Amino acid sequence: MATLEIHDLHVTVEADNATKEILKGVDLTVKQGETHAIMGPNGSGKSTLAYSLAGHPKYTITGGTVTLDGEDVLEMSVDERARAGLFLAMQYPVEVPGVSVSNFLRTSATAIRGEAPKLRTWVKEVKETMERLSMDPAFAERNVNEGFSGGEKKRHEILQLELLKPKIAILDETDSGLDVDALRVVSEGVNRVRETGEVGTLLITHYTRILRYIKPDFVHVFSGGRIVESGGAELADKLENEGYEAYTTKGGVSA
Amino acid sequence: MAEAQSIPVGSTTAGAVAVAAESTVATRMSAPPSFDVADFPVPHGREEEWRFTPLERLRGLHDGTAIATGDGVKVAIGTPEGVTVETVGRDDARLGKAGTPVDRVAAQAYSSFEKASVVTVPKETVLTEPIRIVVHGEGGVAYGHQVVELGAFAEAVVVIDHTGDAVLAANVDYILGDGAKLTVVSVQDWDDKAVHVGQHNALIGRDATFKSFVVTFGGDLVRLHPRVAYAGPGGEAELFGLYFTDAGQHQEHRLLVDHNVPHCKSNAIYKGALQGEGAHAVWIGDVLIEATAEGTDTYEMNRNLVLTDGARVDSVPNLEIETGEIVGAGHASATGRFDDEQLFYLMARGIPADDARRLVVRGFFAELVQQIGVADIQERLLEKIDAELEASV
Ligand SMILES: Nc1ncnc2c1ncn2[C@@H]1O[C@H](COP(=O)(O)OP(=O)(O)OP(=O)(O)O)[C@@H](O)[C@H]1O
Ligand SMILES: [Mg+2]
Repeated sequence: MATLEIHDLHVTVEADNATKEILKGVDLTVKQGETHAIMGPNGSGKSTLAYSLAGHPKYTITGGTVTLDGEDVLEMSVDERARAGLFLAMQYPVEVPGVSVSNFLRTSATAIRGEAPKLRTWVKEVKETMERLSMDPAFAERNVNEGFSGGEKKRHEILQLELLKPKIAILDETDSGLDVDALRVVSEGVNRVRETGEVGTLLITHYTRILRYIKPDFVHVFSGGRIVESGGAELADKLENEGYEAYTTKGGVSA
Repeated sequence: MAEAQSIPVGSTTAGAVAVAAESTVATRMSAPPSFDVADFPVPHGREEEWRFTPLERLRGLHDGTAIATGDGVKVAIGTPEGVTVETVGRDDARLGKAGTPVDRVAAQAYSSFEKASVVTVPKETVLTEPIRIVVHGEGGVAYGHQVVELGAFAEAVVVIDHTGDAVLAANVDYILGDGAKLTVVSVQDWDDKAVHVGQHNALIGRDATFKSFVVTFGGDLVRLHPRVAYAGPGGEAELFGLYFTDAGQHQEHRLLVDHNVPHCKSNAIYKGALQGEGAHAVWIGDVLIEATAEGTDTYEMNRNLVLTDGARVDSVPNLEIETGEIVGAGHASATGRFDDEQLFYLMARGIPADDARRLVVRGFFAELVQQIGVADIQERLLEKIDAELEASV
């Protein structure tokens, strides 16, 4: 069973010629089949955690360990992490001009699966997955994320999640910028992947709204660069009613 | 992308005039156009039209010291049925009809060639196969002149390939009769040491369409002047270019579109990728809209993708408008670094760094290559781009 283990993770960024510590000792274990929600106020470091796990070069790991099935993730390059089974659905997906969605998806699937998918079954697979996400087939010929609306970008991220079938999926604010219909469609996509039981999900969100569609097994409150409280789904209800105030005064948001 | 600017359709011409005021095309030339090399002083490098060019690498083309060796280049012309090819002397009336040399090297070429070649597509002849002109450098110095003339309503595709090693100064004239359609693909795929300088003049007849692709990969120094003028209203010019400038290469494209008659269109898009120490690309885009040219619709754009440190781009779009009675006039220039966020996004989907870079650069060029509309040529260029990327990115 695939397991992602994060232990005492410390991360800094360079900003205005100063080094700033954002993550201050994160501990978390995510197993295949489990869904963990990470909830926290703006600026608490949620995206930093997601990017650090994916290996974004802007973030420097200054302490701690991250392993996937015992393998040292921090030693791996960005593409190696993806091929090892880590997937990050980004809060702000990047536009790649001149590269069509269909070319991108196929290149990516080839890299992840280790061989080029057979053209006929692949075309069908992409088409059906897009249909389920209510994506216009014309998207396949558009350039990656170029001119996509916020909602379209998020659907495109979940399309990749469904096609690439990672072991561990990190979804960074996949719910932000979605209207109710889009939220439902996107959540259904995530649930299809979860139902296989083969993915561990780390669902990063600011609001409890998405948790009505995607039921977490565990909820963690993130504040000031670390997890300050963990519990079951009921913790989300508490946050819904009381907000983050108790945690921001206690944990302290990095300025 | 830094430094993007454009004048959208329907904007006032005041902004455009301000752009033009920096330097007008006429005052930028050190001598008026002429067929005689003696009318041009030997350039020293400070002249506006030479300031980006490393004169010492022209191998004497600019100062009269490059003497033709007789075995400079071999030219082979393959033509489909119905097309005539003639080798003519200097006095042939069709030579120089499309344009007059605007700098010393173009005039040197015109003053020095012994025989010219004239390819003629008779009126109303529509070719289904391209005319292929192969210019292969044999290591010497050569001067040349090529004319391609299409009669009224003729349609043709011409592919000119430049390979091998040479020091070559050669001009090309394209003469389009009324309603003619000509697509030209000129590929500069020279060996590393080659020097190639030339002026390409297109004279576009009434309602005729000229589409040009200038593709520069090779050479130590390549400096081309693709130029367009119109012989009647309703003409259209599409000037596309792509270049891949590697370490130590100097590749310079100096466009001029002269909107000298009413109701003509022009669209120029040049894209370049640069990599390696001393890679230098220069793009000059001069568009003139003369007072008589009401109803003009023109746009020009140059985009550069700088893949590594040590490469340099000089990109100068220049739009001069003498009449406000136009449909549209715009220009844009952007030079950007390879984007790390794009690289991260692609790698986060399992794609290795080198493949990701190739994907982006290939995509950058592919949009343009697809405009050629001739499948086997597109294929070949994409393969060539892949090979360039394979070799170095
Ligand atoms: N690349 C960076 N350069 C400078 N500062 C950064 C960078 N990335 C993150 N930070 C800072 O780190 C802190 C945490 O940011 P992060 O984006 O991880 O928060 P978040 O919890 O995801 O917030 P949100 O809910 O708004 O998405 C913020 O103060 C942010 O400004
Ligand atoms: Mg965030």
